[in-house]
Amino acid sequence: MIQKEKALIFEISRPGRFACSLPECDVPQKDLSELIPGELLRDSPPDLPEVSEVDLVRHYTRLSQRNYGVDAGFYPLGSCTMKYNPKVNEDMACLSGFANVHPYQDEKAVQGCLELLWKTDRLLSEITGMERFTFQPAAGAHGEMTGLMIIKAWHESRGDHARTKIIIPDSAHGTNPASAAIAGFNVVEVKSDENGLVNLHELEKAIDGETAGLMLTNPNTLGLFEKHIPEIARMIHEAGGLLYYDGANMNAIMGVSRPGDMGFDVIHLNLHKTFSTPHGGGGPGAGPVGVVKELVPFLPAPTVEYDGQRYYADYTRPLSIGRVRSFHGNFTVVVKAYAYILTMGAKGLRQVSETAVLNANYVLAKLRDLYHLPYDRHCMHEVVFSAENQKKQGVSALDIAKRLLDYGFHPPTIYFPLIVKEALMIEPTETESKETLDSFIKAMEDISGEAKQDPELVKGAPYSTVVSRLDEAMAARKPKVRYMPMSE
Amino acid sequence: MQRYIPNTGEQQEEMLRDIGVSSIEELFADIPESIRLKRDLDLPEALSEMELVRHLKELSGRNASTDEYACFLGAGAYDHYIPSVIQHLVRRQEFYTAYTPYQPEISQGTLQAIFEYQTMICSLTGMDVSNASMYDGATAVAEAAAMACRSTGRAGIIVAKTVHPQSCEVLRTYSRYTGRSITEWDHKDGRLDLAGLERLLSDDTAAVIVQSPNFFGLIEDLGNLSDMVHENGSLLIVSCNPISLAMLKPPGDLGADIAVGEGQPLGNPLSFGGPYLGFMAAKEKFMRKMPGRIVGETRDRQGRRGYVLTIQTREQHIRREKATSNICSNHSLNALAAAMYLSALGKSGLEKVAALCCRKARYTYDELLKTGAFSPAFTGPFFNEFAVRYHGDIDRLNEKLLEHRIIGGYPLERDYPELKGVWLVAVTEKQTRKEIDDFVERAGSL
Repeated sequence: MIQKEKALIFEISRPGRFACSLPECDVPQKDLSELIPGELLRDSPPDLPEVSEVDLVRHYTRLSQRNYGVDAGFYPLGSCTMKYNPKVNEDMACLSGFANVHPYQDEKAVQGCLELLWKTDRLLSEITGMERFTFQPAAGAHGEMTGLMIIKAWHESRGDHARTKIIIPDSAHGTNPASAAIAGFNVVEVKSDENGLVNLHELEKAIDGETAGLMLTNPNTLGLFEKHIPEIARMIHEAGGLLYYDGANMNAIMGVSRPGDMGFDVIHLNLHKTFSTPHGGGGPGAGPVGVVKELVPFLPAPTVEYDGQRYYADYTRPLSIGRVRSFHGNFTVVVKAYAYILTMGAKGLRQVSETAVLNANYVLAKLRDLYHLPYDRHCMHEVVFSAENQKKQGVSALDIAKRLLDYGFHPPTIYFPLIVKEALMIEPTETESKETLDSFIKAMEDISGEAKQDPELVKGAPYSTVVSRLDEAMAARKPKVRYMPMSE
Repeated sequence: MQRYIPNTGEQQEEMLRDIGVSSIEELFADIPESIRLKRDLDLPEALSEMELVRHLKELSGRNASTDEYACFLGAGAYDHYIPSVIQHLVRRQEFYTAYTPYQPEISQGTLQAIFEYQTMICSLTGMDVSNASMYDGATAVAEAAAMACRSTGRAGIIVAKTVHPQSCEVLRTYSRYTGRSITEWDHKDGRLDLAGLERLLSDDTAAVIVQSPNFFGLIEDLGNLSDMVHENGSLLIVSCNPISLAMLKPPGDLGADIAVGEGQPLGNPLSFGGPYLGFMAAKEKFMRKMPGRIVGETRDRQGRRGYVLTIQTREQHIRREKATSNICSNHSLNALAAAMYLSALGKSGLEKVAALCCRKARYTYDELLKTGAFSPAFTGPFFNEFAVRYHGDIDRLNEKLLEHRIIGGYPLERDYPELKGVWLVAVTEKQTRKEIDDFVERAGSL
């Protein structure tokens, strides 16, 4: 049974309980004050929970039951590629020879880890048409920052210090401009055209001698392929800039077209999207960055190299932008992606993208009569509708999203991309069957009907969840961000 | 067909008919011919599950695992015992197959767990507010520096040379193009040299960053450091080992404005370097300057308690280039593991682990010195790690130890050329007296 309110672990805590079993001290039990001067010691122990192992297991089990994951059902969160996370890959990442290896061990004692990184670099390079990858970036945004710094470093290595601007379309992810700022760039936004693509005329106006590069997601966040990419690449390159590929939507094009062949110079991939590693309720992901040959010297040090006999970390990279994360990044996430690629093979990966695109177009075809389609054409791996029709009845994209919870689905991404009013961004992924898509489509049809007949019903949703809509304004106005017992 | 792709050929045909096209190929019509890949990707043949498992077991078997080797290596990542219960709980699919909790009504599990995590981090560090996690300890240091610059309107960062070298490297990379200047603050006998700081502080100093226990394992005496830093209008950032905080005075009590650190020791396996988690906590007045997700408590329409991501106007999806950070995905599952670990050990257990580490490290230190092959490198107190000077070649020593299934210490010379011959040795509750005696005997006799 799921309770409506769940006690905090601090509220079930009872002095004297514990859920661990530690060995007795087998070395001389010196008094701690003999080892560490008293003024460095804390006055009282930190206020941590005191629970038995049974309490602990029940607490977290019950918390888990208040969550919704891909294993529970359909998760069409646009731009997030919430595909199924293969179980065997989890097992592989837990192998003791991966999970219990210290990152500073002698290279002789980590040849398997280094080989896996080196080989995954080769596989991702082939899939994307890049020369080399770094695995230091921990997430997509981290990869963006890394890639943009590489672009900056390349310009500066040529003595070109005037390149201060990065061009970003108005449909881009919020991380794009935020990452550009950290890499020290000014952001120039270009508008999309009436087809939802980069407006070439606007782009031309935006390009000048200060253009360091362009960031582009392709297919873009509307789920549309930027078909003018060869032309865009030519324009940017002729102006002396470089092209950055935001790999968030790579799931649409594997084995069909490669960013390197489109003219991109730097790319990040989200292993926790395209390459099936789980998102963990908000990470850890991994955002490896790939570059073309000319940019390899600028990758974060160290890189992993192979001399035909042994794998080793190469620290002597004078042009490197430097380290962006400790050690080799999120290694065991890379293990899962490696296992995924080996399982799928070339044909399998192409089938992934083909099916992802087919599934999205099926949803598009089935819902286009009920939901407004701002860009009326075939889509790639995701489709963006607008709830404009429903809005006339007083029902917003948010209301529709909340009502979907009652139908047992995770809602699509809403209010993104920013250029579509009342956006509903649906990404089904390839791991969903026609039956699942049909039941989702049926729910969306029903909700559209409800919006007409009983808008209040939709606006009051959800009804079946452990809590109803939460007051986010109150949370932000008077932030309570940790538990404080009544007495405080 | 592929086991992760359920649609049958027949269903695909049906779907194509409903879409109104005759082939999947037509759906890709927007991709110009010139940039099509006109061959198969050149990848190895797809493996069956059995073949995959065999291959990965073979690869993993080529690494020395701390299951089979006694590990005396730390330097920022520590080989602690992780109670069995943690893996069982953290691997519940409801947690690990969920996305960032954008829909709070079906994400109360993650949100409440992170709220609890934030509370525990505040308790450990003596701070008022914690975020939901950063990528690792190094990026947490870099983000804390950026936060200090935002808060003070200054651009200078002074960082002690005894802060983890990788944190310093990441700090430098993050500062490369943002106009921040990084000044190194040298140590004296392995610890902070307060007199030296006086000369480095300026009206452009946004923050001073220190680490305790520092990279050499020594516990810093932060005494009146915070007064000195605050009188200069700067902030104090303290990086720390969370397990040590069961015993040591927390940064909050020492006047720190921001506390950060590598959270790996809290229930996260070594994993050849990641995924780990960075923790970050601060005094209340800096809450709105913090990077990353923060979970807050609120009420639903029926007045029931619930949790949401809050103060989001700091973040990239709203503020874009004006956000406090570009971080989006953080390390939520690692933070969850950390919270589970802290709950499993509890108030008494964490203290016990800390005391075991401390006593075992001291015993190992004393025994190593007795062999005559080692001498003290520094004189200050230490927690779970210490530096000793070896009268021989450290690389050879480590190599020999490895032959005996022992992972030896870290050669400080790698980052500090002046510390040639100095060996950084870590000991946790995992190393038994027998393992320690064996290690000491072999190390002392080579």
